[in-house]
Amino acid sequence: MKWSHFEENVFKTLMVAATLVILGSLLAVICVVLFKGVRALSLSMITQTPKGGYYLGKEGGILNAIIGSLYLAFGATSCSLLLSLPIAFYLQKEYLNPRAANLVRLSLDVLWGVPSIIYGVFGFTIMLYLGLRASLLGGVVALTFLELPIMVRAVDEVLKMVPHQLKEASYSLGATRFETMFTVVSRQALPGMMSAVILAFGRGIGDAASILFTAGYSDHIPHSVFDPAASLPLAVFFQLGTPFPEVQERAYASAVILLVMVLLLTVSSRVLTKRVARYVVR
Amino acid sequence: MCHITVENLKVSYRDHVVLKNVNLEIPHNNITVIIGPSGCGKTTLLKCLNRLLELQEDVKISGTVLMDGVSIYEPETDVTELRKKMGLLAQRPYPLPMSIYDNIAYGLRIHGIKKKKILDEIVERNLKAVGLWEEVKTRLKNPASSLSIGQQQRLCLARCLAVSPEVILCDEPTSSLDPFSAQKIEETLLELKKEYTIVLVTHNLRRARRLADYVGFIFLGEFIEYGKKTDIFENPTDERTRAYISGESYLDSGPADEHAPTAKRKDQHMNPDLIIERKKEKKVLEITGI
Repeated sequence: MKWSHFEENVFKTLMVAATLVILGSLLAVICVVLFKGVRALSLSMITQTPKGGYYLGKEGGILNAIIGSLYLAFGATSCSLLLSLPIAFYLQKEYLNPRAANLVRLSLDVLWGVPSIIYGVFGFTIMLYLGLRASLLGGVVALTFLELPIMVRAVDEVLKMVPHQLKEASYSLGATRFETMFTVVSRQALPGMMSAVILAFGRGIGDAASILFTAGYSDHIPHSVFDPAASLPLAVFFQLGTPFPEVQERAYASAVILLVMVLLLTVSSRVLTKRVARYVVR
Repeated sequence: MCHITVENLKVSYRDHVVLKNVNLEIPHNNITVIIGPSGCGKTTLLKCLNRLLELQEDVKISGTVLMDGVSIYEPETDVTELRKKMGLLAQRPYPLPMSIYDNIAYGLRIHGIKKKKILDEIVERNLKAVGLWEEVKTRLKNPASSLSIGQQQRLCLARCLAVSPEVILCDEPTSSLDPFSAQKIEETLLELKKEYTIVLVTHNLRRARRLADYVGFIFLGEFIEYGKKTDIFENPTDERTRAYISGESYLDSGPADEHAPTAKRKDQHMNPDLIIERKKEKKVLEITGI
């Protein structure tokens, strides 16, 4: 066999193997969680809040954590979207000189790598200083810090990919910089921007460490932003930490619920992205 | 009076001069064709006219460009107003990421025309002007990217016409199209000449011969010669112009045909100076990245 064919085959095998490993791990995670948690899954899990003795194996559900997680993740994603869009647009060469922009990008990349518990501790320190207790608001702020660098950098990369000729087409019709950026460039980048939001949302809803101190945990659905809020990752964590097998089983069931929520959201956003991607110019 | 007058235009990129000695007098309602090998600064010249070039970093532009006797490089010039007057048809069609209808309506909307009835009317008129109306009238809401590349280029021309420019700048508008679509664009341009001043850049001499009223020649960033089509093609004053025009099949062939046997044969007979020039030109290309 010729060397080049051999080379081709080796690398193809490697690529296929790596892909299979990843898909396999995903499947394994889903299977294990399902297998361990499916017996504890019930309608009351998602319709009731914990009753007395829930953590000893009595009745109740984790509606508080489901709602809490949704509040936290949607709150943080909206906040970081509001903040990251102006930052990402400002980083483009139409507004900021590329050298300064790269410095900002570097610091955002560093922030991306910061472990989430650091954001939690940081948020907690500020809350102590301000005299606030663990609350939905604190959790949202900490999660916003966590999601912001991801969203800014992802949106930034998408905006950078918009071809210069497309901007020139808009400018040559007499459009201003603002009209070009917010009508033409943002439309071209919309599908990518939606992926960026989903990426950040996924990181936010699945994170436990940053909200451990900041959002706290409660058995009630929060009624105001100053109430502590439960969350699914922490629900998994706490239930798994009990010595009772039936409660541990519920931890897996909670994980299943979290997985299904993320999966539903990702799939629906894919469908939506495809719809807006029709207009994208290639 | 001439429509556009260019005097001593010089463009440098960082410390590198990419275009110099440009002196041009572009008359009303004519097609002025700028010829020259690829990468010699033709597009740069075009982008100086509608001030698109200054969007790039490290570009320095000096000299005068007058439109109807008024300098366009004054601090008080309204750049968006200027660009509206100078429509641009790019080398590769870039429809906006919107529907066919919105592609044309976009330019009108940003200039304050919002009424549906007026928009409808202008969209239809301009699609007809480029011969696209019959092909798209039933699917105006479809994405512009769903059109064929030839249709996209005509859409881009219609989009440019919709904001009622005075000048149309064409940057090799047919080079990425099939011959049939290219011919349609050319026919449209000849038709549009009656109402607009057209400046067209090309490295294709046959196209230049077909379309031009006036011809300018750029070589390696230097503006060599400018005059009536017959003067330039039949009686060029500069040796380089003569060489370019006579070496048509070699210099004009573009990268795809560069290694074709005919091109090679021509190569052997070519003036050695010109070959060196071409090597230099390639280097310039690499340095400037244009």
